[in-house]
Amino acid sequence: MKFLPFLIANLLRKKVRFIMTIGSFTIALFLYCILATIERSFNQGVEVAGADRLVVINKTSIISPLPFSYKERLTQIPNVKHVTYCVWFGGIYQSEKNFFPQQAIDLKTFRDMYPEFKVVPKYWEAFKKDREGCIVGPSTLKRFGWKVGDRIPLRGTIWPGTWEFNICGTYDGTRGDDDLTQFWFRYDYLDERRLPEFGKGTVGWYMVKVDKIDRAAEVVAAIDKRFTNSAYETKTDTEKSFAADFVKQIGNIKLIMLSIGGVVFFTLLLVTGSTMSMSVRERVGELATLKTIGFSDTTVLLLVMAEALTVGLVGGGIGVIVGKIYTLTGDPTGGLLPIFYLAPQNMITGLGLGIFIGMLSGLMPALFAMRLRIVEALRRV
Amino acid sequence: MVSVNGNTHESALIQVRNLDKKYQRGSEEIHVLQGLNLDVDEGEFVAFMGPSGSGKTTLLNLLGGIDLPSSGSITVAGDEISHMSGSKLTAWRARHVGFIFQMYNLIPVLTAFQNVEIPLLLTSLSKADRRTHVEAALAVVGLTDRMHHYPRQLSGGQEQRVAIARAIVSDPTFLLCDEPTGDLDRHSADDILNLLERLVKDFRKTILMVTHDPRAAERAQVSLHLDKGVLIEGQKTGR
Repeated sequence: MKFLPFLIANLLRKKVRFIMTIGSFTIALFLYCILATIERSFNQGVEVAGADRLVVINKTSIISPLPFSYKERLTQIPNVKHVTYCVWFGGIYQSEKNFFPQQAIDLKTFRDMYPEFKVVPKYWEAFKKDREGCIVGPSTLKRFGWKVGDRIPLRGTIWPGTWEFNICGTYDGTRGDDDLTQFWFRYDYLDERRLPEFGKGTVGWYMVKVDKIDRAAEVVAAIDKRFTNSAYETKTDTEKSFAADFVKQIGNIKLIMLSIGGVVFFTLLLVTGSTMSMSVRERVGELATLKTIGFSDTTVLLLVMAEALTVGLVGGGIGVIVGKIYTLTGDPTGGLLPIFYLAPQNMITGLGLGIFIGMLSGLMPALFAMRLRIVEALRRV
Repeated sequence: MVSVNGNTHESALIQVRNLDKKYQRGSEEIHVLQGLNLDVDEGEFVAFMGPSGSGKTTLLNLLGGIDLPSSGSITVAGDEISHMSGSKLTAWRARHVGFIFQMYNLIPVLTAFQNVEIPLLLTSLSKADRRTHVEAALAVVGLTDRMHHYPRQLSGGQEQRVAIARAIVSDPTFLLCDEPTGDLDRHSADDILNLLERLVKDFRKTILMVTHDPRAAERAQVSLHLDKGVLIEGQKTGR
């Protein structure tokens, strides 16, 4: 602590350079936070997927439907605990830019499948009573300024026409990563209005919950075997695997993020290392004087390392805080990244990266300062 | 008492025996100091004079433990420093030597107070004790009213006085001054020399000073001459 004023004075000796170096860290760490948030958002489905849940889709493709009659047949398969079904609606609210996920759900079975989503009883009761009702996630409510009791028009893209819904309530997630942008409405309302040639009597996909996780593989095989050679063959997978495959279709997001982040941090290391070296070389005479007075080689090394550490800590800390504040403002893409959430572990990793880069950039100049020979250095003064 | 003949002088604070310093410059070996002997008692003010390249600064560096001799020994207050390890020598310097440089060598981003405090950061003194010591040192050099000024806000003479305060703040065994008036005008130089004299007379400090300036050398009690690495008995100045 007694060296703190000395440390601060040294850091602030060239204020513009100090601010620019701190700024480099801030920008790099802010970028890291955004990349980590995007990567997390893409993989959010994988992260929160239930280990005991299976997804059953049409073997041809996910956009091909499955018959409603499969529900009973799925229920009869051994080790199947619950079955529910959903239909992707794909409606537009005012403009294509206002994307949010909408799905028709089965009122009776949906909540057994997704206990992580909590709906207060009065909202659910209202939803049960209103055929045109819907439950809307808090993020979507906030985004459009909707409130419970509002009537919302959506323009159908798969099923034409204007569909109107009454907001009966909202839900909450029990985990930090839960998607709070969803819009649920009743399957019976959808099926009643759509025409026979537009998929009446079909569902988009089934969700199956197994009674024992270790039986999931057996159940997957049993389901697909049951519908082999039928008009609607199925492809079943665990929810986690399904979500991971879905992300893979977009590309290797993690690799892209790591590549960008790697380039940014490597550049930061070069820039900061060069700045720290310059800063130390300018002070050769002062460092020699300190050593003459009695500062040991180790103390001089630690002083330089402490400067580098402080730059990394302060710049990185500001970057992480700015990143967190930015992510708190919500998804900037208008719905493509429903979970725009900077997790605490990403913040800690970011801060750790800032400190690590700071220390690494200070290592060579610190070693130079440590090895400085007093007599030679004093001659340069 | 100061002598350069190598006769054993048990009470001497500083004893130098057969001191040699050689440098290798390419294939050429340069003998900077050759078989040098020196005894200096506590409370002496000794000036070293000589032409450029005569080895004055090298001698000062060796006495201050910032360079090592090629052969010979240096004993200060009973400590043989010529064979000390680097870390021991560093600790020894912090305890025993106060350095005063021609260019003051103050840290420009620290105030006069903070510059003087630097050597005390290596001790276990409390903040309050450090303050007491720093204020006392600045009072000795007459800069109490300038303690919160930065070096750029001080004149050359004032900067050198801060450097002297820094050198004496930890109460070292002796002071080494390398051309302390070399960058000052005559008036400021006189002030600094007066101050050094006062440190010897009032505080019984031992001072070894390298200088080119005969007027500065006259202020020392003994003036020694170095030529081609050999120390020649100088004259007592009578001060």
